[in-house]
Amino acid sequence: MSRPEIEVRDLHKSFGTNEVLRGIDLEIGQGEVVCVIGPSGSGKSTLLRCVNLLEEPTKGQVFVGGTELTDPDVDIDAVRRRIGMVFQQFNLFPHLSVTENLTLPQRRVLRRGKAAAAKVAAENLERVGLSEKADAYPASLSGGQQQRVAIARALAMGPEVMLFDEPTSALDPELVGDVLAVMRMLADEGMTMMVVTHEMTFAREVADRVVFMDGGVIVEDGTPAEVIGNPSHERTRHFLSRLLDPAMAQVEEETSDRPGKGD
Amino acid sequence: MADSDVRIQPKKKGLTRRQKRSLSRGAQYVVFVAAVIVFAVTADWGRLKNQFAQWDIAKEMFPDVITLALKNTVLYTVSGFVLGLVLGLVIALMRLSSVGPYRWLAGVYIEIFRGLPALLIFVFIGVAVPLAFPGTEIVGGTYGKAALGLGLIGAAYMAETFRAGIQAVPKGQLEAARSLGFSPARAMVSVIIPQAFRIILPPLTNELIMLFKDSSLVLLLGVTLEERELSKYGRDLASTTANSTPILVAGLCYLLVTIPLGFVVRRMEAKAQEAVK
Repeated sequence: MSRPEIEVRDLHKSFGTNEVLRGIDLEIGQGEVVCVIGPSGSGKSTLLRCVNLLEEPTKGQVFVGGTELTDPDVDIDAVRRRIGMVFQQFNLFPHLSVTENLTLPQRRVLRRGKAAAAKVAAENLERVGLSEKADAYPASLSGGQQQRVAIARALAMGPEVMLFDEPTSALDPELVGDVLAVMRMLADEGMTMMVVTHEMTFAREVADRVVFMDGGVIVEDGTPAEVIGNPSHERTRHFLSRLLDPAMAQVEEETSDRPGKGD
Repeated sequence: MADSDVRIQPKKKGLTRRQKRSLSRGAQYVVFVAAVIVFAVTADWGRLKNQFAQWDIAKEMFPDVITLALKNTVLYTVSGFVLGLVLGLVIALMRLSSVGPYRWLAGVYIEIFRGLPALLIFVFIGVAVPLAFPGTEIVGGTYGKAALGLGLIGAAYMAETFRAGIQAVPKGQLEAARSLGFSPARAMVSVIIPQAFRIILPPLTNELIMLFKDSSLVLLLGVTLEERELSKYGRDLASTTANSTPILVAGLCYLLVTIPLGFVVRRMEAKAQEAVK
């Protein structure tokens, strides 16, 4: 295999004295789909946000497509054009229509012409199945529709890598499926994807690899069958049992040594 | 829980809560009606009418009060508002800057111009500046001075409004824009400020109303007959006719503008409230 599409080396991130990431090494190959799972506060969202430098790492290196993002002289805006990001809260621009949400970044950032941007926008709205909502405003869409528009907006920039930060966590349960279907389609098309998620079914069926994080380190990294099907660490087993069968969990003493609240 | 059951039962003796409520409301009406009657009886209606409602004096004022005085008031206000808007946005961005001295300078500016009476600032522009810098001429004469005075005051208030509006745009909006490759400046212009502007439209309109009223201070700059605005015009006529009717008419002209504007603000606020739900 050639150079990995995403490469993270010895990544550390602290917020004040709170050490959220304590030395992460991770490689994601071209076309690979990697799901990052772990309890809240484990640093998984922070890791994802470090990959497009929305969070500035305290120490360590991040490479995407061979470019070092942690190089102080890098043109970060140019690198980010190659990295699509999808947020838990969608973050559509509420003052713009669906189509304008897709065309504004193309026109302002990529300097595409009006017609070209509109064409790319229409194509990507069709990919996520929302052509008929082209003129609607975000507020009139359901959460699932908004998230699909957010994915289309990222895709319209022609990214080589897509980052997903808990894309279905803010959705009503019955709307999750539509978003996951779009993500599955992307995976099938060979998009390189890094997905922070709690959707175990998606991780099991779509991911090439699953990474389990806890306490700011990667505890386990392997195929879904290994990590979800047959975890080798107690922490992973404990997390998965709580996730897959929350009704069976026992009341636990709060442990204060866990770093990072609210990632 | 039998205890509390007993306590919330209506009391058997004295007034019930309902009776107390209607008694209190009745008392308030009585006070109001009494006050109206006292005023109506004691006021010297003939004198009041003579002072404030002289029809021929009022008629004499038209159309000048509209075509000259109100026009000038609007002109001073709008030019001051536009200057304040631009300057206020610059100061707000300085206040949010990562460069310390900019933040500091913007903070000092806001404190000074919000803290000083508007009247003092007009005196400063009209009297102190020509004395301190002899030979300097503020472009646009009275119109330029008025715009400067109102703009300097408005900018301080609008800067704070802009800052609040920019900070009210959710952080995720900037993150989304940056992750799409927008530079910080471009994200500010294309994504953040348009949204902030919607949020601050009601308070901004309130500031327009404030400047509209403060434009009366232009009379301190020493104006020619052609440059008079509502207050000066009304006052001049009141002294030549020795009657207060012109003041009343001038006042009504202010309300002609401020009341509809206030109505628009409340509509916008109600709409914004609805959008949040």
